[in-house]
Amino acid sequence: MVEERGPLALEIDSVSHAFGARKALDNVSCAIAPSRHCVLLGLNGAGKTTLFSLITRLYDNTSGWIRVFGQDVRRQPQQALRQLGVVFQQRTLDLDLSVMQNLIYHGALHGISPARTKRRAEEELERLGLTERASDKVRKLSGGQMRRVEIARALLHRPRLLLLDEPTVGLDIDSRQSIVDHVQRLCRDEGLAVLWATHLIDEVLPQSQVIILHRGRVLADGSRDQVVAGVGANDIRETFLRLTRDDAKDGDKVA
Amino acid sequence: MSEAVTIQDPRPLGPVAYLLCLRGIMWREALRFLHQRERFVAALVRPLVWLFVFAAGFRAVLGVSIIPPYETYVLYEVYITPGLVAMVQLFNGMQSSLSMVYDREMGSMRTLLVSPFPRGFLLISKLLAGVAVSLLQVYVFLAVTWFWDVQPPLIGYFAVLPALILSGMMLGALGMLLSSGIKQLENFAGIMNFVIFPMFFASSALYPLWRMNEASPLLYNICVLNPFTYAVELIRFSLHGQINWLALAVVAGCTAVFLGAAILAYNPSKGLIARRGGPGG
Repeated sequence: MVEERGPLALEIDSVSHAFGARKALDNVSCAIAPSRHCVLLGLNGAGKTTLFSLITRLYDNTSGWIRVFGQDVRRQPQQALRQLGVVFQQRTLDLDLSVMQNLIYHGALHGISPARTKRRAEEELERLGLTERASDKVRKLSGGQMRRVEIARALLHRPRLLLLDEPTVGLDIDSRQSIVDHVQRLCRDEGLAVLWATHLIDEVLPQSQVIILHRGRVLADGSRDQVVAGVGANDIRETFLRLTRDDAKDGDKVA
Repeated sequence: MSEAVTIQDPRPLGPVAYLLCLRGIMWREALRFLHQRERFVAALVRPLVWLFVFAAGFRAVLGVSIIPPYETYVLYEVYITPGLVAMVQLFNGMQSSLSMVYDREMGSMRTLLVSPFPRGFLLISKLLAGVAVSLLQVYVFLAVTWFWDVQPPLIGYFAVLPALILSGMMLGALGMLLSSGIKQLENFAGIMNFVIFPMFFASSALYPLWRMNEASPLLYNICVLNPFTYAVELIRFSLHGQINWLALAVVAGCTAVFLGAAILAYNPSKGLIARRGGPGG
């Protein structure tokens, strides 16, 4: 519920979701405070993407509720979605358009004029060291650069909660690190709340809140140290392996 | 966490924001269209082949008697031009639906759907963007046919505009509805076989319906039930500065039905996406 200090960045309460007989999410509840860096840790198929689809209202949750800064995603989708910046797992840039054209299009989808979008985009691109690529076609960018453009795009309308669904998949180590660092800075310096879904344990930062999702259920939720202590493990890797051990045997790999 | 977080509710999106959004969606569609020159050439060559080759051959075989809106015997080329115009729009509508499937696979449909604007508005904007592209194709085609002795009255070129917008909306909405049910890109071939060709052939695009009735009453009835027939007739009459009220009513009604169904199909709680199964991960 809404706290005195103001609403949480994200509240998920008793959300279940099924596709036919397959239960993708089973009574999931969790919350993220403003300016918190939260890592949603889960193997492939744990339900991370389904949860993201519900938060971004690609489809509705049929049970429970989801609130973004106090706004119910189903009842007040407009207000909720305006506070959200999203980086999807799939690449979602238009390859044949330039970086700036992609950003201007995104601005329009949030009702921002091209001129204003351009100013905002220049700020964001500069921070990411991509200023000189603004008029290049996206097709010419590297995977890491595309990802950074997608992060810039997600921030154009100044959201307060940034969702990233496995943002470093397929990137080399350097690009991965630069994205992890950039998002960490956003969180620390600008008070952005971050929900970072991944199966890569080394993306958990010392200050991160960690939510472990497994087969559609939340197995652990708390600060990194709390979660580790709760299981009595030595580190987060061991914690995660212990909690998801059944699946590890099935051939899924944890990096 | 302890410092006070200022919560200001974002101001509601006003009419200017809606217009900016619509403009942005149309602008992107136009940019994409400009980058696909082959698509434009194909859209133009297809009806021109019908006009130059098919119509020339059929002119001798098929006599068209005087039927409204024509006041005199007309060349077969004149008769099929409105049908070919509708065909341009039919292809364009289905191709926009292809682009929706493509968009969804590439994920940019998701970018569109997380926009805070109402989903119906987003889909209609997308539809209008597709119609704008089809208008460009149609007018270039009509300009070429003018040199081929298909010369409707000047007023027709203006009168046909609202008809084209409406018929383009109907066909685009149909494509959008189909796109919500298609999962894969390759299924466009299926759309060609099961939607585009039957709709085109079982209509008044190539032959007047009374001729069809002589050949087969069953086929005639199918043509009468085919909404594409009414799109063709709406365009045919308006190109001659007249209004076919029945066609107008049917096209407007079908547009409303297809559009409503498409918006429902993309609705987050009732829609097909919700039911069909989610993404992996």
